[in-house]
Amino acid sequence: MKADRPRRVVVTSPRTSAARPPRYPATREIDEQTGLGEVYMRSLVRAQLRLALFVCTVLGCVVLGLPLIFVLLPGFSQVAVLGVPLPWVVLAGLIYPAFVGGAVLYVRQAERNEARFAELLERE
Amino acid sequence: MNAALQMGAVVAVVSATLLIGVFGLRVSRTTSDFYVASRTVSPLWNASAIGGEYLSAASFLGIAGLILAYGADMLWLPVGWTGGYLVLLVLISAPLRRSGAYTLPDFAEARLESMVVRRAAGVLVVLIGWLYLMPQFQSAGLVLRTVTGAPVWAGSLLVAFVVVVNVLSGGMRSITFVQAFQYWLKLTALAAPVIFLLIAWRRDGAPGLTAQDLSTWAMPLAGDRDYDIYSTYSLILATFLGTMGLPHVLVRFYTNPDGRAARRTTLVVLALLGSFYLLPAIYGALGRIYATDLLAEGRSDAVVLTLPGRLLGGTLGELLTALVTAGAFAAFLSTCSGLTVSVAGVIGQDLLQGGVRSFRVAAVLAVLMPLGLALAARALPVADVVGLAFAVAASSFCPLLVLGIWWRRLTDAGAMAGLVSGGGLASLAVIATIVGGPHDGLLGALLAQPAAWSVPIAFVVMIVVSLLTPHRVPSGVARIMVRLHTPENLDVDRGDWRPRRT
Repeated sequence: MKADRPRRVVVTSPRTSAARPPRYPATREIDEQTGLGEVYMRSLVRAQLRLALFVCTVLGCVVLGLPLIFVLLPGFSQVAVLGVPLPWVVLAGLIYPAFVGGAVLYVRQAERNEARFAELLERE
Repeated sequence: MNAALQMGAVVAVVSATLLIGVFGLRVSRTTSDFYVASRTVSPLWNASAIGGEYLSAASFLGIAGLILAYGADMLWLPVGWTGGYLVLLVLISAPLRRSGAYTLPDFAEARLESMVVRRAAGVLVVLIGWLYLMPQFQSAGLVLRTVTGAPVWAGSLLVAFVVVVNVLSGGMRSITFVQAFQYWLKLTALAAPVIFLLIAWRRDGAPGLTAQDLSTWAMPLAGDRDYDIYSTYSLILATFLGTMGLPHVLVRFYTNPDGRAARRTTLVVLALLGSFYLLPAIYGALGRIYATDLLAEGRSDAVVLTLPGRLLGGTLGELLTALVTAGAFAAFLSTCSGLTVSVAGVIGQDLLQGGVRSFRVAAVLAVLMPLGLALAARALPVADVVGLAFAVAASSFCPLLVLGIWWRRLTDAGAMAGLVSGGGLASLAVIATIVGGPHDGLLGALLAQPAAWSVPIAFVVMIVVSLLTPHRVPSGVARIMVRLHTPENLDVDRGDWRPRRT
């Protein structure tokens, strides 16, 4: 078989002269609270909520996990970095830039979700 | 200590605050200017203002004092007070700004279409505000006594007076400038001495902690406090979830032009707070080496003020003490002004008939009550009492905001039940701790750190009662969801709710 041979396709003319359905902006679906409008809104709220819960889960694992580590792994607290005990290095230092880093990633993703939603509405 | 120099520092901060306030008066003319600075404040200014307003005496003096006293477990306090903004950022910042609500009661009204819930929220705002103001006034008295020997009531009265004058004269826009200025003053006042203190400590041969302290004080969950694991978790919950429910924080969000700006402002706030909170732990640790006598005297809150004089001495020590004193007064004035504006806003709108005149009467009322409490109640560590205010906020406004923004089925009955049970129980625990405490044993721990049980109760009650009253879901909930979550550049119908103009 000659696999590289191009397939035959039917070429037709687009019906440019035919009447198009009247333009019905997607924002009106939302304004009139139609089923479609609800679907749009739910997709946005779900995306943002999923993102928020993801950040909260990671944050929760870190801050609720640290006391557990301190209790269950006493060796962790004994480690010293330049004479400073590791719990102090984490709680009085590293955790703050980590918060800011997490916030930067969140803001970027949240704005992306909104841009995607706006694009979806304007494309329709 | 050189009382004249310290007094000079206090006078300088007070007059700078008043001057900026009076300057602000010339630019704030209409009622809308007066309240929300017409939303012309840029994100960095706004973030500095949030930072300035947020960093109270509890942050400036209290954290270092508690670290001096209790060690590593107290490091969670600044972590939570910063991390709370991350939770606030992801869960509520943009939707809250888009709601158009200016106060927490506004939000309750807009979302639930209920005046009853609005009033309950108003009562809680006033309660949290007073709980937060009281220890600020108390520690103002403590600071003025420490640096000048003045009687305790003098410092409280001075701060209360300046706050009232400032709030009455300037309104919100000048408050924004005052607050932004106060953040940078506080950061400088805490950061500059640290450099000199660390140099002095190195010159002194860099003495370390005692072996005893190294194995208990410096280690988390290793002290002799009972139920320290419960207390740590409860503290984490209260601080991370309570930040979003503080009345003076929410007002600032309204001065952002849109939801996007609200997010970016919060991001800057996180960076500003993170930089500030690197410092108190250093004071706490140096205090444990050089100033353990404060502990025996029960004046650990004064450690930040004491260290420069003790380690450096001489003129440099005096000057740095003056700088720290100035920072402490900046902390009192900024937090108290912000809280007073919020509490007065609620009293003025919901209890009096509204308008600038009511706001002014309300501002005086908002300050008098906590001032009286501060002079009457026994003094507790400032950061502990502020921690209790966070616990009440986390048990009432956190569920209201989170469920209100993300869950369509929240009803007015559910919200009301949650506010009353969560906020009510947490408030009772707080009153029991302040008036009758400290209590011993498990009960004492449960009352001193109520968040671990009161926050889940508030959430569960709010959800269960809402599910039991499905017919009470507000009719406009779909429109409100559009309003809360769609970016401003989209042309959609967001409903016509507006916060009540005064």
